[in-house]
Amino acid sequence: MFSKSLLKTATSAALGAAVLLPMAQANAADYKIDSEGQHAFIEFKISHLGYSYVLGTFDDFTGTFSYDPDAPEASSANVEVDVSSLHTAHAERDKHILSDDFLNASEYPTATFESTGFESTGDGEGELSGNLTLHGETQPITIEVDHIGGGDDPWGGYRNGFEGETTLTLSDFGIDTSKLGPTASTVDMHLVVEGIRQ
Amino acid sequence: MWRNSVHGWGVPSILLHWLSAVLVVSLFVLGWWMTGLGYYDRWYQLGPWWHKSLGLTLLGLTLLRLAWRLMQPTPEAHGVSWERVLAHAGHGLLYVLLLTVMVSGYLISTAEGQGISVFGAFEVPALLSDLPRQATLAGEVHWYAAWALVVLAVGHTLAALKHHILDRRDTLRRMWWPGGSRRQ
Repeated sequence: MFSKSLLKTATSAALGAAVLLPMAQANAADYKIDSEGQHAFIEFKISHLGYSYVLGTFDDFTGTFSYDPDAPEASSANVEVDVSSLHTAHAERDKHILSDDFLNASEYPTATFESTGFESTGDGEGELSGNLTLHGETQPITIEVDHIGGGDDPWGGYRNGFEGETTLTLSDFGIDTSKLGPTASTVDMHLVVEGIRQ
Repeated sequence: MWRNSVHGWGVPSILLHWLSAVLVVSLFVLGWWMTGLGYYDRWYQLGPWWHKSLGLTLLGLTLLRLAWRLMQPTPEAHGVSWERVLAHAGHGLLYVLLLTVMVSGYLISTAEGQGISVFGAFEVPALLSDLPRQATLAGEVHWYAAWALVVLAVGHTLAALKHHILDRRDTLRRMWWPGGSRRQ
C-alpha cells in the first residue's frame, strides 16, 4: 500500500516534470534586436553648464537577448555599439565628442555590453547587470529594465520590447569631462530595445 | 591697370593675392589658437564663428581669383627653366591646397546637414553630408592640408625673395604695382 502510493507519487512527479519542462523551454527564446527596422534606441542625456541638457543618440548598434517570461532570472543580453554613430544634431560637437578629448572613437570604435545576470523585482521589472566596455575600459553596470510588451507582430513575427535606464559616471571609463564643468560628470542613458524572436 | 599682361599683374590679381595671403595666415593662426581653447573660454564660440566666416569669404575670393587667372594672361615666370617648371607646379599646388583646406573645413561643419553662417549675413547650405565619419575625416584633411599650405606658402615667399634679391628681378614689385615695373 505504502510503496504503491510512493510509486504513484514518483510517477506523477516525473510525468509532471516531463510535461512542464518542455513548456518552460518553449518560453525561453532568443531575440535579435531590430536594428534594421530601427525599433531600438540608445539615447543619452548630459548636463550642459548645469542649465540644460544635451540629448543625443547612438544610431548604429546590434545585439541579441534571451528572455523567458516564466524564468526572467535566466535573461541575458549582448549589445555592440558603433561609437562613431553618435549623433547630437551638431556636426562640430559630435566631432569633438568623438575626438580623443572624450570618446576617442578612432582608438575605441566599439562599445559593448554583456550581461552577467538579471534580478527580477516583479511586475515585469528588474535589474540587468553586466559589463560595459566603453573608451577601452570595462566596468560593471546595472540597468533598470522594464518589460514594455510582447507578442505576435502584424508581419508574422514575434517580438518583445524593453526599456532600460542607467546612469554612467564617465570618469569610471577614463573619460575626463572636468573641462565641461562640474555637472557633466555623469550621463543618463535611456534604452528602448525591441527584439524579434529568432 | 586692371588686366594682366606678360610683364605684370593687374589690380584685381594683386588685390586677390594679398588678401588671400593675409586671410591664409590669419585663418591658420586663428584655427590653431581656437582649437586649443577650453569650453569656458570667452572665445570658444566666437573663434569658430570668425574662422568659418573668413574661411568661406576666402573660398569665394579664391573661386573668383581662379576664374580671373584662367581668363587673363599670366606674367611670365622668372628664373631658369627648371625654376619655372617648379614655380608652375608650386602655384598649381597652392591653389589645390587652398581649395582642399577650405572644402574640407566646409565639410566638417556641414557633416550633419547644417549650413554655415557667414558673418550672420547669410548661410551657405550643406551640399554633402552624412558620409561615414565625415566630420572627423574632413577634420584630419583640414589639419594636414592647412599645414602643407602654410609650409608651401613659406617656400613660395622664399622663392619670390630669391628671384627679387639674388636674381635682381622685379618679382616683388610686380606683385605690388599694377602693370609691372621697368626692372624686368
